[in-house]
Amino acid sequence: MNPLVLWFHKLGSPPYFYRLAGRLLPWLWGLAAIGIAAGLYGGLVLAPPDYQQSDAFRIIYIHVPSAWMSLFIYFFMAVNGFIALVWRIKLSEILAMAAAPVGAAFTFICLATGSLWGKPMWGTWWTWDARLTSELVLLFLYLGVIGLYHAIEDRRQAARAAAFLALIGIVNLPIVHFSVKWWNTLHQGSTVKLFGPSLIDSRMLWPLLIMAVATKFAFAASLLSRARVDLLELESGKDWARQIALAEETSA
Amino acid sequence: MNPTRKRRLIVISLILGAVGIAAALTVLALQQNMTYLYTPVEVLGGKVPAEARFRLGGMVKGGSIQRSSDSLKVSFTVTDGDAELPVEYNGILPDLFREKQSVIATGTLQGKHFVATEVLAKHDENYVPRDVKEAMAKAHEKHSVPEAAGKAKSEAK
Repeated sequence: MNPLVLWFHKLGSPPYFYRLAGRLLPWLWGLAAIGIAAGLYGGLVLAPPDYQQSDAFRIIYIHVPSAWMSLFIYFFMAVNGFIALVWRIKLSEILAMAAAPVGAAFTFICLATGSLWGKPMWGTWWTWDARLTSELVLLFLYLGVIGLYHAIEDRRQAARAAAFLALIGIVNLPIVHFSVKWWNTLHQGSTVKLFGPSLIDSRMLWPLLIMAVATKFAFAASLLSRARVDLLELESGKDWARQIALAEETSA
Repeated sequence: MNPTRKRRLIVISLILGAVGIAAALTVLALQQNMTYLYTPVEVLGGKVPAEARFRLGGMVKGGSIQRSSDSLKVSFTVTDGDAELPVEYNGILPDLFREKQSVIATGTLQGKHFVATEVLAKHDENYVPRDVKEAMAKAHEKHSVPEAAGKAKSEAK
């Protein structure tokens, strides 16, 4: 078997994943903390004020990375949901369901900071334009996935039902992303572009990019911490889980 | 791949495809109905039903802002380049409101005037540090380039 495929199979085994995640976690938390500290210092202190909004523009260092994370985590959740539905891999069910609350939190932060910025800049806390509405729908999709997962008794059936909802909801992602292009919205278009030059000065851009990477680490760290606990709970009848529980007990 | 997984893969792919097509059709249908705002050309062209509340979007025309000295009353002209519409408003304006700024006003058309109950400023996607903007303004002055020309150039990009 191809070594990459072999590694993938190994990763799918709960005890192997549990140990690997345990080793990675301190690094991930550390990188996330350093990255967020550096990004926030760069964004809130070093970056020059905007010519129109002066210091109020600095909320983008929270708002924009959260918005990117809300889409990224949903995609991650849906991909894992797809794997869980087709191949019934236990680990994918766990990862998809552990990602949902983290994604919901980022979506909420994105909506809340946008609202705080919108009041002084636009003149309103909220308006029903396409970008704001589709992002709110994204939050409700996350809440729906979390709710459905907890409404069904059997953990594995619950995960598959919720994964199905997550998979259907993926049609909202392009709508959120392209809403500012397709319709006339109050929300401005994209500033940072993957293709072509970004519409932001480089001195303002670098802390934003650091924050984007740091939030990925924060997500990975949070996800793995949650997934480890869920795995242990789901496999509590198995030998490997008992051994870990015993070891924890004796060391405590 | 064993037959059960293959069947699941096909079924789920089909469902995803169907949902995707349904969403695409909905978005296409909304394209015509979901108008967040009308521009002055569309308003003067009679696209807005009479006495309806709607959002008017465009740029505040340079030099058109007139403030009342004893109240919050303000009047200005909104233009989209092809047509313009006078707007009256009584209330607090957002921070970003000024000449040549994109605004979105909600209200009704009364005669030839648009009477707004809410005025929102639209922010564009450009972030420029203050010192760079000042340096640019100085350079423009030196070479006597009007502000509008620089803006049109950057928009054309």
